[in-house]
Amino acid sequence: MTMYLVNLSGLLLIGFIIWWFWLYRPKRGVVADPGQVIEVRVKDGVYDPALIEATAGKGISLRFIREDETACAGQVIFPGLGIQKELPLGRPVVLRIVPDKPGDYDFQCQMGMYRGTLRVN
Amino acid sequence: MPESTQVRLSIEGMRCAGCVSKVEAALASAPGVQQANVNLVDRTASVQGEAGLDEASLISAVQAAGYDASPVQGSENVDQSRHEEATHFKSLMLRFMVAGLVSLPLILDMFLHLLPELSEAPRVWLLVGGVTLATMVYAGRHFYVGAWRAFSHHSATMDTLIATGTGAAWLYSMLICLAPEIVPEMARHAYFDAALIIIALINLGQALEVRARGKTSEAIRRLIGLQASTARVVRDGQEIDVPLAEVAAGDVVRVRPGEKIPVDGEVLEGESTVDESMLTGEPMPVHKARGGSVVGGTINASGSFLYRATHVGADSVLAHIIEMVKNAQASKPRIGRIVDKVAGVFVPTVLILAVVTALIWLNFGPEPRISFALVAAMTVLIIACPCALGLATPISLVVGVGKAAEFGILIRKGEALERASKLSTVVLDKTGTVTEGRPVVTDIHGDNPDAILRLAAAVEAGSEHPLAAAIVARAADMPEGMKVPACQDFDSHAGQGVSGRVEGQAVLLGNAAFMADRGVPVEEGVLEQAGKLAEQAKTPMLLASDGRISGIIAVADPVKEDSKAAIARMQALGLKVVMLTGDNRQTAEAVATQVGITDFYADVMPQDKDAKVAELQAAGEVVGMVGDGINDAPALSRADVGFAIGAGTDVAIESADITLMRSSLDGVVTAIEISKATLRNIKQNLFGAFIYNTLGIPVAAGLLYPLMGLMLNPILAGAAMAASSVTVVSNANRLRLFSPSGQGSGGGTQ
Repeated sequence: MTMYLVNLSGLLLIGFIIWWFWLYRPKRGVVADPGQVIEVRVKDGVYDPALIEATAGKGISLRFIREDETACAGQVIFPGLGIQKELPLGRPVVLRIVPDKPGDYDFQCQMGMYRGTLRVN
Repeated sequence: MPESTQVRLSIEGMRCAGCVSKVEAALASAPGVQQANVNLVDRTASVQGEAGLDEASLISAVQAAGYDASPVQGSENVDQSRHEEATHFKSLMLRFMVAGLVSLPLILDMFLHLLPELSEAPRVWLLVGGVTLATMVYAGRHFYVGAWRAFSHHSATMDTLIATGTGAAWLYSMLICLAPEIVPEMARHAYFDAALIIIALINLGQALEVRARGKTSEAIRRLIGLQASTARVVRDGQEIDVPLAEVAAGDVVRVRPGEKIPVDGEVLEGESTVDESMLTGEPMPVHKARGGSVVGGTINASGSFLYRATHVGADSVLAHIIEMVKNAQASKPRIGRIVDKVAGVFVPTVLILAVVTALIWLNFGPEPRISFALVAAMTVLIIACPCALGLATPISLVVGVGKAAEFGILIRKGEALERASKLSTVVLDKTGTVTEGRPVVTDIHGDNPDAILRLAAAVEAGSEHPLAAAIVARAADMPEGMKVPACQDFDSHAGQGVSGRVEGQAVLLGNAAFMADRGVPVEEGVLEQAGKLAEQAKTPMLLASDGRISGIIAVADPVKEDSKAAIARMQALGLKVVMLTGDNRQTAEAVATQVGITDFYADVMPQDKDAKVAELQAAGEVVGMVGDGINDAPALSRADVGFAIGAGTDVAIESADITLMRSSLDGVVTAIEISKATLRNIKQNLFGAFIYNTLGIPVAAGLLYPLMGLMLNPILAGAAMAASSVTVVSNANRLRLFSPSGQGSGGGTQ
């Protein structure tokens, strides 16, 4: 009986990991008005906010502020938009983006551990 | 007078002078600002204000006015990033030492059994647990906070693995201190030592990685360090030293012997030789005189001169080079993209593997099952190293692209480097690539060579043909007193030659057909001589005065001194070398033979060069095209890798993937060698990281236990994990030792 419960808990834990890290999709992020500057903090392994919503064809500015000392946080990359930018520690870096097509554009650190999404509606 | 500070910002989005005043007004209204000056040319703002002027609030003020601003990247940032790196290193080392020292008694206890058994004195062990927790919070706080923040954002990082592994070890150990009866007696073992040592080792690993990473960006630091800090500017007739940031385009700057040239410009007065090797890799100093261009960051050797600043700040050549190198270092070759996909799912996968491991041990393992399950799951979490995997590509790219810049080779993107390593054929444009691109007089045959040159120069003075320029230039080198006379009735006959009247004589200069056309008899011997010159890739021109042949003057575009050796190096790398030229077959063949090329195409019109590249590509070749980047832009774009050669300091050649500042084919071979070395290094790193993880994780899970009775100690797993990313960075650092083949002892054997 104990082993049955242990195994069931293990399987539930695996299911939770899959749901929490892979399947979960936040419903709404920070909505950016055209031309607005959104501040994105890079701290403790995450981008905050990690989901930013923008309108297709309208430019937005993302102001990255890196507070994370880890070398991995030293760059932000938008693979789908061909943007790569260095983020010096504690110094804001502004990226102006004008996404043409609707869709989800991920942004990440050099190693793809820090992740965020720019959702273009 | 109160202390004041100066902040420099790079402003984006300015188009006109109206923008300048808007940005200046916005900055002036920001708190603490005394004065704000905006420079439209280099798009920077220089803000003077009270001590402690807040850069972020200045940036916000600019943004509120509808523009973007960011801090200027300059030498001060190099010092700052060095300082940050040193602080980070120190704090990691301190954490390592504190965790290491606290764990020392526990390590000694493993061998000397200084502490009582857990079952005998649970309170002692509770105290040990308390001290361990305090140490974990101090030395490993960043792991736990990072893991929690990542978790709350549905993300998992390396911190997640470390925090879960060490956290589980501590929790389990506390549990058996508080309620030992819940686990079988033989499983009552505390893992406080493991938690502490793992945290100590991972901090050490990260500290070493910070150190090694600092070395990888040495190249960019060297480039940034080339900037001078001040310039001697002539203002109101006085020479005064001003900070570099205050030099504007149009300023007149004085440079004295041995000084660094502060900004780009054009020489107005005086002459000197300038060492440009730090930018172009060209070892010979370059002579500069009135009208010559100088580049900021290079060093004036002997003379003193005045020059007018043309490009400053972000518009300067050095700034462009730095920007290009940085962009290439940040770009990702295809090989790295596959890894990104793996890295993105890596951590949750390891978490699942740890749960599966624990379940397998709990179900099928020997007693004490719970201990085995805990140790195995903890070891799986600790040994897995996504960092090594994620670092493998970018870190080598940073070193490789930086190394190339040291040789005056600017790589536009990581992908270009990847493709350059796979080239099978190199196509060389003849003129300006294999040859100097500037025709010179090579031979003068006749009874009086000086007189022949004098007359030839006189008739050619009015011609715009490149061959004429060679003759006029040679005449200009004639000893004084032999001035070139004037020419009357000059006429140019397309494809044949030129004619005119010099000092009363009717002079003709052109080919044999031209002479025949004009009824000038040409002896057999002269024709034979001309034929021989043509065979040597020279253009022979016959000179006739008053209807009689008086000599032959030959002009040729000489082969560059190092072309032959560089082509031999390409062939030694297994590359097929092809030459294209618009010249006739005879000239092409002569040049090809001189430099050891067997494959060449003559009479190729400029617009047909890219078709030739496409033809080679269709035949399955991976083609690198080398040209000057101006006449052969379509072919450079068409090729898998376009090399623009001899760009000098005009670095922004759009059509080229790789720009060589020196006008030497040697750079092409070095670029290919660096690309191969970098790709090899990336592959070694990736292979190492994949093998490490794919072997390490099953061993950690206890795969060897049923076979050999071996179980990996979690402490060893911590050491292995710390070592793995340090190894990747150190391997990338080996690329710094690269030296091109045939130049030094390294032999490019990375």
